[in-house]
Amino acid sequence: MTKEEEFKKYAKKVYHLMILAFSIFIIAGGATIYYMNDPNFSSFGNNQEALVVIPEEIDENLIENGIHVRTGLVDGVGLMAVVNNCTNCHSAKLVTQNKMSAERWNETIKWMQETQNLWDLGDNQQIIVNYLVTNYPVTEKGRRENLTNIEWYDLEN
Amino acid sequence: MKRRDFVKKTTLSSLATLIGAEIVYGSNLLEGYNLVVLQDPDPFKMFNKNKEMIVLNDKPWNIEAQAHLLDDKITPNSAMFIRNNGLIPEAIDAKKWTLTIDGESVVRQKTYTLEELKSKFEHHTYQLTLECGGNGRSEFNPPAKGNQWTVGAVHCATWTGVRLRDVLEDAGIKNNAVYIGYHSADQHLSGDPKKEPISRGAPMVKSLQDETLLAFKMNGKEIPLAHGYPLRLVAGGWPASVSGKWINRISIRNIIHDGTKMTGTAYRVPCEPVAPGEKVKDEDMCIIESMPVKSLITYPKSGAVLNDGTSLNIRGHAWAGELEVSKMEYSIDFGATWRECPIEKPANRLAWQHFSASIDFPKKGYYEVWAKATDTQGVAQPMLLPGWNPKGYLNNACHRIAIKVT
Repeated sequence: MTKEEEFKKYAKKVYHLMILAFSIFIIAGGATIYYMNDPNFSSFGNNQEALVVIPEEIDENLIENGIHVRTGLVDGVGLMAVVNNCTNCHSAKLVTQNKMSAERWNETIKWMQETQNLWDLGDNQQIIVNYLVTNYPVTEKGRRENLTNIEWYDLEN
Repeated sequence: MKRRDFVKKTTLSSLATLIGAEIVYGSNLLEGYNLVVLQDPDPFKMFNKNKEMIVLNDKPWNIEAQAHLLDDKITPNSAMFIRNNGLIPEAIDAKKWTLTIDGESVVRQKTYTLEELKSKFEHHTYQLTLECGGNGRSEFNPPAKGNQWTVGAVHCATWTGVRLRDVLEDAGIKNNAVYIGYHSADQHLSGDPKKEPISRGAPMVKSLQDETLLAFKMNGKEIPLAHGYPLRLVAGGWPASVSGKWINRISIRNIIHDGTKMTGTAYRVPCEPVAPGEKVKDEDMCIIESMPVKSLITYPKSGAVLNDGTSLNIRGHAWAGELEVSKMEYSIDFGATWRECPIEKPANRLAWQHFSASIDFPKKGYYEVWAKATDTQGVAQPMLLPGWNPKGYLNNACHRIAIKVT
């Protein structure tokens, strides 16, 4: 095979692959539109009790409205480093509840490495800490905050 | 070639991940085909909790109540906070469960089956206040590390069991005994079997109190799994972490117990007061013992709107660790004036006490009702946050609810 022939062959392969991908995309897109209009697939007539609709979060790294759906973490630079290193042992909720400075996050990481079997984060440590202090900054609360998020309701006597 | 194959494969598989699986196959699946990894278990069903409970953390499970959910005089399971340091043990066989008493200061190491504990020792029932040491942590400034509990990490259920004292004395306590340390069946989050998620304890004097139980019943029924089934140590009035769950071993120690979360900064506060944010060395941190005086307005729920001229009935509970609450007051003007209201005696020592009041408001507008309890030593709840501490423990600042008179 000459170099050109070889190149053509591979170009063809890529072309076929793209056709395939595009077809899947069209089919899936069509199915999505159909699904939006008829989520129970009722016109197929076989949606009886034996069938259940499963939740939609199949893509484990789906981001919706700036939130990483699976973990609830805010989308931002370093998100996946946090997902991959900080949500294995404990929930992301433990991370997002806490608002700390870079110094205190670094201390916390050290504590987790010394006592909780956390691995060496390497270059990711700075990425993770930057993500945390940027997206979950410390807010000044003073000695006592106002009551907020009050849900008013009529009290029946 | 190899590289291209790899590219092709990954392209296709990520395409399938992106589009294929969900839409083409995903919508109609046979019943029973459960995508476990992707489905969050419903904690409210799993733990029989009220839907208004707040999930702070789902691994490990940490769930708290809201003030109005704690209105019952005896807290039902549905409103009891869950605090876990590790993973809840699975597949417990109560028939095979044993408790071992060991340690440097035990006379003879002994192992009891649950049945032996139940048949050999006298049963006692007490209503006991258990409050998480970190209840109220969310208010500290600068913020403290850990689960950000607001007000709902407290409960007061009835516990039935045998006295820890009776069991320890049956095994024999040497004169040099200082502390007991518990060991439990829960698993460390990292999955490391050599690590204990938590192993705390209490000094002998607390361990030998009448009310310190090895409990096998809560509110007259078997203890729910999340609260320590089949055997829980219950030490009312102290940080709830002393009341270890799923207990299978208790060590009588000749030193202050040095298990997980006994040392370092865990469940400790600065021995001497510090400024907010100040660094404190481990050796300057002291173990929390009795919890401080505190109270909670459990009725009405914050946010009540009432008509001008109607009076408001409030009620709630107050507790004071090892002590009793001797005075209860409320204020509708941010502490400018306080009114005393009746406080009942506790059902037994270490149980919370109930207060109630009828309040008239002078005119329309926005009010806050603040509640303040005072213990038998004359110590009252602060209106502001109490002394800052690195781990955010012991926030006993006055609870308040918002009221609008229209």
